[in-house]
Amino acid sequence: MMVNMREVAIIGVGLTKFGERWEHGLRDLMAEAGLNALNDANITSNDVEMLYGGVMASGRFIGQEHIAALLADQLGFKNIPAVRVENACASGGTALRQGYIAVASGIHDIVAVGGVEKMTDVTPSEATSALGGAGDQEWELGQGITFPGLYALMAKRHMHDFGTTEEQMAAVSVKNHKNAVKNKYAQFRREITIDEVLKSKPVADPLKILDCSPISDGAAAVILAPLEIAKKYNDTPIKIAASTQATDTLSLAERESITSLKAAQISGEKAFKQAKVKPSDIDVAEVHDCFSIAEILAMEDLGFYKKGKAAKAIADGETALGSKLSVNTSGGLKGCGHPVGATGVKQAVEITWQLRGEAADRQVNGAEIGLAHNVGGSGATAVVHIMKRIN
Amino acid sequence: MEKASAGMWRKIDTRYNLIGSECEKCKTLYFPPRIICRICGRDTKMRSRKLSGNGKVYSFTTIRVPSDTFKESAPYTVGVIELEEGPKVEGHVVENGKKVAIGSKVKTVFRKMYVDGDEGLIHYHFKFETI
Repeated sequence: MMVNMREVAIIGVGLTKFGERWEHGLRDLMAEAGLNALNDANITSNDVEMLYGGVMASGRFIGQEHIAALLADQLGFKNIPAVRVENACASGGTALRQGYIAVASGIHDIVAVGGVEKMTDVTPSEATSALGGAGDQEWELGQGITFPGLYALMAKRHMHDFGTTEEQMAAVSVKNHKNAVKNKYAQFRREITIDEVLKSKPVADPLKILDCSPISDGAAAVILAPLEIAKKYNDTPIKIAASTQATDTLSLAERESITSLKAAQISGEKAFKQAKVKPSDIDVAEVHDCFSIAEILAMEDLGFYKKGKAAKAIADGETALGSKLSVNTSGGLKGCGHPVGATGVKQAVEITWQLRGEAADRQVNGAEIGLAHNVGGSGATAVVHIMKRIN
Repeated sequence: MEKASAGMWRKIDTRYNLIGSECEKCKTLYFPPRIICRICGRDTKMRSRKLSGNGKVYSFTTIRVPSDTFKESAPYTVGVIELEEGPKVEGHVVENGKKVAIGSKVKTVFRKMYVDGDEGLIHYHFKFETI
């Protein structure tokens, strides 16, 4: 069902630094990222026709709902339609897909997609509880199974079925921290070692604190336009070659498998088909490493590796910066930080920079095709975007 | 998490008696129960079915950083249990002499889960115990 759809391009991107941004609230963060994106696209607030805002839990984090109108107002988008998109940790990626649909359909030309989360105004245990809402409140969180606990259950079974080790999982965090050192927007700009990960505080066995993405503040924004007029705004528009999403049961136990995310497999397959590319064509990818095991699952679910083979490959350096496929050059959720609503949009920002050749010290040479993979909850939502440089 | 009793009361069948649902057409069993079959959609009826509560540990973890509600219990072990009738269920796993491992046989026991402060509800739930 893709009749007479327009092709869509990213013409502007912007980020804030991710981290504990004590001095800034949610509205400041969104305005900062939005302003950067407007300047990058060389347009004014008045040019934007519609806003989609990815925000997971502003009601729990800052007591504010009705966030889309607030974001539109703070961004100077006077009286335009605005919609909040909430799909747990995939809120940002889903917002991007809604923006893509709005432009592809011909309803709007210039659409802004924002993602933001302000998480550090509550205590860590309140944040843990809010994030637990990404899983099944009645049958998981309500029974004391925390969000890291869900990924621990997946990790334990993955170790049992495929021989995955804690050292291999630790290697994901080590790689992503190493990339984050080269990203001025990243929360953790310092390297860590396998040993530090293994000796860090246990959270839910086998996951330690350094297997887990942090609690972060931050915002990201992209500006979309029809590809046919994109060059008017930007010399190097980035085409969205595929935008796909799939769902699965909210609770982990009811799925066919707990060692792969079916929603990610389905959205991945659909995305490769829509973009007419293969996994081996991808030069750079941002995947959803909310926990170290999640990056291993992502690499298998997306078809980059056969089931059970990704952990060793990552530990062997096959996905390090500048290797055959550079994964999470931004530092990923682990190194760059994970302000949940912003993450999916940030992934698109990083891929845009990589494809434009603007990724500074972490540039992947000659990157032409990139992929972003954003997961909600323990896998009940997955969103995949494939992006291409237009020469 | 319910602070009022209605939320507890309407889940008594599932939480206290492990009653799930079965599709009359394709015979798929669901726990927790659902109204619409994932396979047959609206083209069937569902009926209640009590599960034995016997099963095997499919995966497990020890929660060391809990939410506030479970602060008193930590560390505690939870798991995905594959029931002998087929459905997988998540819940607390308690050791009764035998250590928890993938494949461990378990049965359902009825236990206190947590208390909402000095004057709030006492929440009960099934847990799984190694045998």
